Order: sequence, then C-alpha cells, then structure tokens
Amino acid sequence: MPRQTLSRRALLAATGATAFSAVLPRRAFPAGKAKIRIGLLLPYSGTYAALGNNITDGMKLAAREHDNKLAGRELEWVAVDDESDPAKAPANVNKLVVGEKVDVLTGPVHSGVAMAMMQVVRQEKTLTIVTNAGAQAVTGQLCAPNVFRTSFSNWQTSYPCADVVLKDGRKKAILMFWNYSFGQESMAAFKEGFTKGGGTIVKEIPVPFPTTEFQANLSEIAALKPDAVFVFFAGAGAAKFVKDYADAGLKDKIPLYGSGFLTEGVLGAQGPAAEGIKTTLHYADSLATPANRDFRAAFKKATSRDADVYAVAGYDTIHALARALDKVQGDTGARKELIAALESVQFESPRGPFRFSKAHNPVQNVYVRQVKAGREIVLGVAQKDAEDPAFGCQMAT
Amino acid sequence: MTLPLFALQLLNGVEYGLLLFLVASGLTLIFGVLGVLNFAHGSFYMLGAYLAYWIGERTGSLAWALALGVPLLFATGWVVERLAISRLYGRDHLSQLLLTYGMVLLFNELQRALFGNEVHGVATPRPLAFGLPLGELQSWPAYRAFTCVACLLVAAAIRHVLLRTRFGMRVRAGAVNPEMVEALGVDVRRLLSILFSAGTALAALAGILAAPLTTVYPGMGEGVLIVSFVVVVIGGIGSVKGAFFGALLVGLADTLGKVLVPAVSSAMVYAVMAAVLLWRPRGLFGQPAEAR
Amino acid sequence: MTLPRSVRAGLLVGAIALALVPLSGDRFWVQFAGKVMVTCIFAVSLDLLVGYAGLVSLAHSAFFGLSAYLLAGLTNQLGLVSPLVTLPLCLAFAALAALLIGWLSLRATGVYFVMVTLAFTQMLYYLFSESPALGGSDGVFISQRPRLAVLGRTLVDLGDRTDAHAAIWVALVLSFLLLRRLVRAPFGRVLTAIRINEPRMRTLGYATRRYKLAAFVLGGALAGLAGYLDATLYGFVNPAQFGWRQSGLVLVTVLLGGKGTLYGPAVGAALLGVLEHFAQRATEHWSAVVGAAVVAVVLFLPRGVAGLLEGSRG
Repeated sequence: MPRQTLSRRALLAATGATAFSAVLPRRAFPAGKAKIRIGLLLPYSGTYAALGNNITDGMKLAAREHDNKLAGRELEWVAVDDESDPAKAPANVNKLVVGEKVDVLTGPVHSGVAMAMMQVVRQEKTLTIVTNAGAQAVTGQLCAPNVFRTSFSNWQTSYPCADVVLKDGRKKAILMFWNYSFGQESMAAFKEGFTKGGGTIVKEIPVPFPTTEFQANLSEIAALKPDAVFVFFAGAGAAKFVKDYADAGLKDKIPLYGSGFLTEGVLGAQGPAAEGIKTTLHYADSLATPANRDFRAAFKKATSRDADVYAVAGYDTIHALARALDKVQGDTGARKELIAALESVQFESPRGPFRFSKAHNPVQNVYVRQVKAGREIVLGVAQKDAEDPAFGCQMAT
Repeated sequence: MTLPLFALQLLNGVEYGLLLFLVASGLTLIFGVLGVLNFAHGSFYMLGAYLAYWIGERTGSLAWALALGVPLLFATGWVVERLAISRLYGRDHLSQLLLTYGMVLLFNELQRALFGNEVHGVATPRPLAFGLPLGELQSWPAYRAFTCVACLLVAAAIRHVLLRTRFGMRVRAGAVNPEMVEALGVDVRRLLSILFSAGTALAALAGILAAPLTTVYPGMGEGVLIVSFVVVVIGGIGSVKGAFFGALLVGLADTLGKVLVPAVSSAMVYAVMAAVLLWRPRGLFGQPAEAR
Repeated sequence: MTLPRSVRAGLLVGAIALALVPLSGDRFWVQFAGKVMVTCIFAVSLDLLVGYAGLVSLAHSAFFGLSAYLLAGLTNQLGLVSPLVTLPLCLAFAALAALLIGWLSLRATGVYFVMVTLAFTQMLYYLFSESPALGGSDGVFISQRPRLAVLGRTLVDLGDRTDAHAAIWVALVLSFLLLRRLVRAPFGRVLTAIRINEPRMRTLGYATRRYKLAAFVLGGALAGLAGYLDATLYGFVNPAQFGWRQSGLVLVTVLLGGKGTLYGPAVGAALLGVLEHFAQRATEHWSAVVGAAVVAVVLFLPRGVAGLLEGSRG
C-alpha cells in the first residue's frame, strides 16, 4: 500500500486556502483604474494554436506602435485559451466578460466558439471585436451594435472566386469541402456566384470534419473529369489536401481553386504541390503597398515569423480600436459614442482600404492570388470593396 | 462507378488500411498481452511524425528519420514503461486509462514546447516522389505503394517474431499465463518492457512513414488513436492477425463509404464496428475467454 | 457504505458553501459555481454506472447533449418555456435514448461495451455537427430560458443567475440523495454484486442485464438533467457536447474523484474545475499542469481523491 505522500491535512488546507483567496474581492489591491483591459479569447493549444498566436502577436505589434497606450490609457491583456472547444466556450467567455470584466473582448478563431460568445456578449453588451471566425451569423442574423468583426465573413472569401473560375473559362466545377459551417457557407457563396455566371456544379463532395483522408474522393474527381475543382480546407487539412491532389496527378490536369485558407500559413508545408493554385482572399503576403511592407517587416522583426492573414486581423483590430478611442477621448464607458466612433473608422490596412459595413463586417478588397515559385503573387482584385450581404441583420437595412 | 475506378478505390482502401494496421498493431499487442489500455498511443505516433519532420529538415532524408527515430522512441517507451506503466500492471483498466490520459496532456505540451504550433510538411523521399500512371487522368503516388510494401513487411516481421522466435513464444505464453512463465525462469518484467517499447516503436514507425502523407501538426495523434481503438476492437484485442484484417476492413469501409454513401461516411467506421461486434462479440479473432 | 464523520461534515460544509455563493454578489463566481455543480451532477450520474454497475460508458455525453438539444428545440420551435413541461420531456427523452443505446450496447461486455458506447456517441456527434437542420457545427441558441410561472406570476426564472444557481443546487442535492438512497437499497447492492461477479449473480437467479440496463437508464436520465441545466445556464447548445472528448473528460473526472463513492466524483469535478481555472491564469502550459496532476493522482492516490479524504483504510 503506497504511503500517502501528501497528508490529508495538507491537501485540505491547501484547497481551503485556494478557495478562500479566490473569493477575495478582486480589487483588494488597486490595479490602476486607467488601464484598458482587452480580453483575448483565442486557441493557444491544439490544431489552431498557430492562428491564436499570430492574431495575438499582430495585436501586440499594433499596440507597440501606439506605445502600448490607446487614447492615453495603458493596455492590459487578459488571455484565455479557448482550445477551439465550443463545449467549454460559454464558461470561457464568462470568465473574460463577467469575471475579468474586460473592456473589449476579442477573438475567437473557431466559429462554434464565436457563436457561444455571441450569446453572452449580446446580453452583456460588451464591446466585442471578432478577429477571425467567419460565421455569417455574427454579422448576419445575430448582428448587434456592440459586435464588430475585423477579419472576414465566409461569404466574402468564396463568392468572388466564382468569377475567377468563370473568367478562366471553366464552367463545370466539382466542390469538395469539410462538412461543417465554414465549409458549408463557403460552398453556398461560391455556388451562388458560379451558377449566376452560367457555371454548373457537377458534384458536391462533403468530407466529415476533421478527417484528412482524401484519396477516395480524389480518385472520384479524376474519374469525373470536371473543368475545375473548388475546395474549402484550412490548416493541416489544407496542407495535406494540396499535397494529395498533386500526388494523385491532378495538379496539372484539373486546376484547383479555393478561398485563400487553402494556402494561407501552410505554403511551406505544401511545397511545390501548391504551385499554380489560384485562391481568393482579402489579404496576400505579397501585396505591394507601403502599409503591408512595413507591417510584414515589423512582424518578422518582432516574432521571427512571417505575418499572415490572421496576424493582419489582430493588427487592424488594435488600430481600429485606437482610432475609435481617440474620438471618444478614451472613455470606454461611453458605449454609444464608442460604437459610433468605431463605425466611422477608416484607414489603410496592410490588406488595403478598411472600413466597417452597416452590419459591422469589414468592407474590403478581395484579391486573386496565385502561387508562383513558393510565394503568393497577387494577380489582381477579384472584388473591390466586397461587402458581406448580411442576411438577416436588422442593422443593415 | 466503373470497374477500373472501383478497383482503384479498393486499392485506396487497402493502402489506408495497411497504415492503420501499423498503428493498431502496437496497440493491440500492448493491450492484449500487457493488458494495458494505452491512451497515449497516438502521442507516440505524433512524436514519430514530428521526429520525421525535425530529422528530415536537418538531414534531408527520411531514412535517417527512420534510423534514428525508431530506436529513440523505443527507448522513450522503455522509460515510460519503467517509470509509470509498470506500476499499473495489477490495477484495473480505468487506472491505466487515467494515467495515459494524463500522459497525453503532458506529451502534447512537450510537443508544443519542442516543436511549436506550426503545420509542417515532410518532403517525400526523392526516389519515391513520382506517380504511377493509371489511365489518362489518374496516377497513384509511388510513395503510397512504398508504404503499403513497408507495412506488409512489418506485418510479416511481427508474425515471424511472434510465431517463430523464442521471444515471441514467451510473449504469447506471457499473454496467457504470466505467473507460469515467470515460474519457468523467464524475466517477465523485462519481457513486458520490451513489448511495450516495441508497441510504441511501431506507433512511431507508423508516424514517420505517414509523415510525408499527412503533414505534421499539433493534435495529430487524436484522430489516429480513436480509429486505432476501433481497429483493435474489430480485430479482437490482442490478436495481431485481427488487427491486420480489422484494419483492412476499416480502410475499405471508410474509403468506399466516402464514395458510395458520403452523407453517412463519417459514421461508417463505427457502424462497421457495431455490426462486427453483433456478429462476433469478441471481435473477428478475439479470445473467447474473459477479456482482460 | 457509511462515510467517516469527517467526510460527511466536509460534504455538508461544501454544500452550504456552494449554496451561499450567490451572497457574494459576484456574478462570475455564481455562474462558475453553477457550471461546476452541473458537472458534479453529470459526474455523479456516471459513477452509478462506472463505480457501482461496473459499466464504463462513453455514451454518457450523448444523453447530456440530447436533453440539451431537445430543450433548444422545444423552446425555439414550439415556444415551450415552462420547466414543468420541458424538464420531464427532456428527462424522458434522455432516458429513452439511454434505454435504446443501453439495450444495444449491453449485448457486448468489457472493453467491447466501452467501444460500442463510443460508437454511438460519435455517430450522434457527426449527425448533429453535419446537419444544418439541427443547427450544424455552430450550435443553437435557446431563445428563452425556462421560466416557471403560475397564474401569470413568475416564480422561478432560470434566466436569472441566482434562481438558476438555486435550481441547480437543489437538483444536485436531490440527485445525490436519490442515488445514495438507491445504492444503499437492495437495487444498489445487487448492482455492486453484479459488478463483482456477474456469472454468480446469474446463477442466483438475477436478471443481471435488466439491472444493468436500469442503472444505465437512470444514469442517462440524470445526465439528461445535467444537460438540461447546462443549456439553461448558458442558453447555448453545440455538437461538441457529444463526442468522445466530453465523455472522456467526465470519465476522467469520476476516476480522479474516486469511483464508487458518489461524493468522490462530485469533489473531483469541483477540484478539476478549480484547478483548470487557476492553472489557466498561471501559465500558458496549463494543460501540462492538469496532466501532471492527473498522473500524480493515479500513481499516488489509487482510490482517487475520495481515497485521500477517507484516509488509509485496510
């Protein structure tokens, strides 16, 4: 029988002390009332950890450009690892919004987590800036005055691609996608644009999320011989898919298209297999604007990593917030005025011109990119000032 | 679906199944013979894949990853077995589940601390980076053919060891009656250590071989783990032959399910398992005796 | 199974402390306590299966989720708000699902049983995650929290934090007392005997499968209760509540706390919740902290935290 290495008393005492210290009033030690508390609801573990880190580093870079002060007030970051788990999301949001009483809530990556977050922030009226999750409902059916988004909507990144495919002379497309909300919404948007322009969808191939076994479907695609294949995958799944596509001999025979997530952040992992793929996204590494060049150089210097579309969202979030707070002299309590200020924000982001739509989604250019020699080259603008249609949003009418 | 396409899908299914077998073989050995429910099996697969990436980056060759990675993870398995697993041999499956669950959390953090959060590609070894043309549009990657062959060789090797060597004989005896084996003068503790390490080495081998196909990313062990358990159960716990046929069955079911009934393809593997268990409650080749 | 005095006293103190949390006025801790209590109900209901009947079920989260989703459906589609209507329906639904899944799964034994229950929970996960009609992977909001109104006057509004806290507390205490009653009664003792030696119980004439099924259904219904309350607490349901991760987590909670004790899993749930909360604040590598704690408990506390609380016994 192993000896108890912890005495019962010690354990009970430790537990009691912890519990007691937990319920001590939060402001027992003055924390400096003037700080602006920014909550970060992001994945710092699991498959999406890289995205969470890039978003955070983008935000911190922007903050440093403002000397870590917005409208004269210092910034305080409060981060919670959401693990991209929607089941734990309501408790995590609660932690930041009600427990830590953050002034601004930012995040998340996963749309399921975002939906849980919406439930709480719509009730608590916390100022919320969605820094990645592209679910349509966030600025659609569930839009709210206190909710903004600085990233994208799923529609914005896929709809313009339809035109790109049609312009390349391809009329028969096969769709392949992960069968969850991101994939479903992307396909719906592409279908809308593609069929409007006279194209036909030969087959839709949903793949259970997050499976990454594509071989069977690729053989199927090769047998059906479409003009083009439009897909949605992201992260490791996208890396594998592109490699599998090339390995199956399809790369140079049936052109592959997708929203930019197909190559974003995984170009290195994909190697030569990604060569020639065209994607549409509201950002590209090689955008030759001074804003983007400066941003990328600064990000590389600060983190030794290359910036990507996720970092840009974080970066723009703080810049937008800074401008809005300046307009209200840093008064985070003046909700209505702060919201109005944020609504009117306009600036030149690394992605191009940035402003919010009536539904609080970014109005931004969507670019056509193509992979050439291991880099994303911008071929042009797929859709200028693309605005998410914001179905069901009361504010957009 | 045309006949050639169907044949190709069968080939895809077999290839997927063979890789699954490689992962599941270690799991079934550890579970069947040691009676240990090793939830951390997927972590060894992941560590193998990450080593393939890391060593591959520095030496440019997958062969080096195999040569260095497999022994390294064999040694890791040995250490883990001596330090933690061996304390649980007398205890019930649930304690093992709990311990290995905790280990998974630790291994995940280890992976993040050592290798970071990014997705990494592993280059296919140059001599195998071509496609075998099948028809005008299809081609089958040579590397996949290579992994099929490799898995078959490993399967044959395991069979040889188990059936034709003294070590294998002791392993099989130890599965049935460890006390007797010990009474006969065999060092059972050492036997178990070797077996556990061999199981984890097999998982790592699978990870290294699969790395060029799957890419390397955080959390990659989880999906593999669940499917491996399904394979082990279908085949019958402790039976390597069962793991082989179970894996093929799962590979084919998954592949054909995706193509024939995509709407329910996600549930396919589980439906197959439920069907097999209804027909043979102990799996295809499981022991009729009380499951350990 | 009589608990040592110190443990009983500790539980009483804990229960009273939990009941008094709303007095702190801190809204975060009230909701945190609510979530912890829901997890306690969930874990304790699983202990009936794992600790007493010897059934390691990975399908438990299925009943949790099904009950939650039914509440969402009843409220959103049919406008049913009164818990007098929705609660019995959700519990019945969870019990029915448990009856079906249990009946099918109990045809297998041992690890095979575990895997069959896993299969069911995974299939449900994919079903809810892939069907836009059922809300899809993003989940579903519940438009209105349950509200108990009699003659036009609202008695209990589960949308109010204090009311919700009180309701969950009452549910936890009642579930615990019910289960404790049950395990001390002949039913519970037969279950334990079946766990220890089923063939012998069968030769003694007991319909062992029926007892196991009854335990499965009862445990499933209580899991449904936990799911109902969880949905009430946050007004949100999501397919992630199904699936092996959630099932695995509650199983780990039961084992950590000490299976077969009923109070152990509740304590385990509370400790795990608190540990996670503080570890997250302390370090980015918080899951390693939790992992290390789990490994330590397994190696040094063979009977879980309950074993520690009861002191070394024979």
